[in-house]
Amino acid sequence: MNDPRDFVAHEAALLDERRFDDWLALFAEDGHYWVPLRGAAQADPFSHNSLAYEDRLLLQLRVDRLKSPRAHSQHPASHSQHVLQPSRIEEESDGEVRVRTPFLYVEARGESQILLSGTARHHLVRTASGWAIRQKRIDLLNAARALPAIQLFI
Amino acid sequence: MTSYRHHPDRIAALVQDDRVHRDLYLSEEIFALEQERLFANTWVFLGHASQVPEAGDFVTQEVAGRPLLMVRQPDGAVHVMYNRCAHKGTQLVTDESGNTGRFFRCPYHAWTYKLDGAPLGLPLKNGYEGTRLKACESGQGLSVVKHVKVYRDFVFVRLADTGPSFEDYFGEVLGAIDNMVDRSPEGKLTVGGGVLRNIVHCNWKMYLENINDTVHPMSTHESATKAAEALWEGHAPSDPKPMAMEQILPFGSGYEFFDRMGGRVFANGHSVLGVNFSIHSNYAQLPEYKAAMQAAHGAERAADILQRSPQNSVFYPSLSVKGSPQAIRVIRPLAADRTLIEAWSFRAAGAPALLFERAMSYNRLVFSPMSVVAHDDVHLFESIQQGLRAGGNEWVSLHRNFDAAELAQSTITTNGTNELLMRNQFRAWAKAMAAEAAA
Repeated sequence: MNDPRDFVAHEAALLDERRFDDWLALFAEDGHYWVPLRGAAQADPFSHNSLAYEDRLLLQLRVDRLKSPRAHSQHPASHSQHVLQPSRIEEESDGEVRVRTPFLYVEARGESQILLSGTARHHLVRTASGWAIRQKRIDLLNAARALPAIQLFI
Repeated sequence: MTSYRHHPDRIAALVQDDRVHRDLYLSEEIFALEQERLFANTWVFLGHASQVPEAGDFVTQEVAGRPLLMVRQPDGAVHVMYNRCAHKGTQLVTDESGNTGRFFRCPYHAWTYKLDGAPLGLPLKNGYEGTRLKACESGQGLSVVKHVKVYRDFVFVRLADTGPSFEDYFGEVLGAIDNMVDRSPEGKLTVGGGVLRNIVHCNWKMYLENINDTVHPMSTHESATKAAEALWEGHAPSDPKPMAMEQILPFGSGYEFFDRMGGRVFANGHSVLGVNFSIHSNYAQLPEYKAAMQAAHGAERAADILQRSPQNSVFYPSLSVKGSPQAIRVIRPLAADRTLIEAWSFRAAGAPALLFERAMSYNRLVFSPMSVVAHDDVHLFESIQQGLRAGGNEWVSLHRNFDAAELAQSTITTNGTNELLMRNQFRAWAKAMAAEAAA
């Protein structure tokens, strides 16, 4: 999977198949998952809050929690569907690439379903075993509006 | 369908000494009466003065179903007006916040108002000569909220003309705001990092009760705390914890911990949970911050401020304060079965950036729509909202540690798992809801 655009599609598919361990393994050791509260307008995760800003430790905690039978909010379980527009490579340099992918995201659970839209921005680094995620940034359209619980990974 | 509006006895009967009726959470009529009788007649948190630093800055916010405008005046005061043009009712501004310059101008017919709401001008002025406009409310400018209290930059409003004074209404619980502000060596907080906003499909009172509930964390949050414990296993107790671990692990404390933390109730529904200690008590100390606090307040007072870290302080009916981390939650009821919850973070002037980081981190982990901890809470609130619709048992139990002697006292200090903190909220609720009906 040399083309980073294939990597982005694969990453979303792992989430939609609830293969969270395989998904987490795509992150570099210093990798972060970031959903800024101001969406595309936000410069950094420190001066303004975020809906999520998580390193591997916290992502591992989320993934482990989802496996617990006592994760009450997962009875019934949530399922996701990422509908991706074609990815575009924004920047490419030696061993690093930045990819931009507009998307629709549906999260369904029991009788309810939520729909989010925005742009995913992947910062990928080349490793011995292929691409790894240094940062997956999700710029939601209208990120600061009041939202219901989002239980999985956009 | 029971009708409540003209039956104060039926409303009173919903709150008994040790239990409450499910209609409190389900009835849209009760919800409408709450807006009129509870949220309009008590002191409700509107916003923070740091949101409007410059003259002409405004914030729009709905309280008790009324659209309000908080505006910074040229003389530095904060005024609150109805966001409604005196002419036809157009909302003067539809952005959440901004700066209007030196006056408000209605986008519909260009009527203008000074920053304090006084009428400034209108087109085709001659057309009003000889009419009764000046005598009409429409000629007086914007409707002003008369009862506004800015307490250490926390802005509260009472919409009704009559009612308790601000100090009488909140009394001792104001110490929780003092503690939060005094944690700034300069005595100044500013809202920072935006507001996390959640829609929860449950009644607002359920959320507020849970702020005072210490028996649920062990069972409700087991999925998150057990996962955190397993990840942290093998580390020595002295190992520095990542902030997220420092903040999540204490949720897994046992019943005894929560019982011993203690609680205190006050008249009018207010309470402090964690008068002895709380899940926030053991955050890492910062020597340079301690020194700045001692320089500002003296050693004894600084120690007193810093050792006080209640879990939650409830300013009934809509504000919950955490001095450490520097965060508040605001409860904005939308319907009987729909509530907006806001989580705000603060910067404390003169304090290290780490305090702000803690506030943002805590809100992100615990109160964000993408929280790791709150999903299980939210699921259960929504489950209760469904469950209460079922036939059969019409009552919600608040019996734990009930003692008939509590009915005669207004301030009581007790164990941290006592449902008195919730019974106290409902007694205030019943009082406010009956007061108007009796008048």
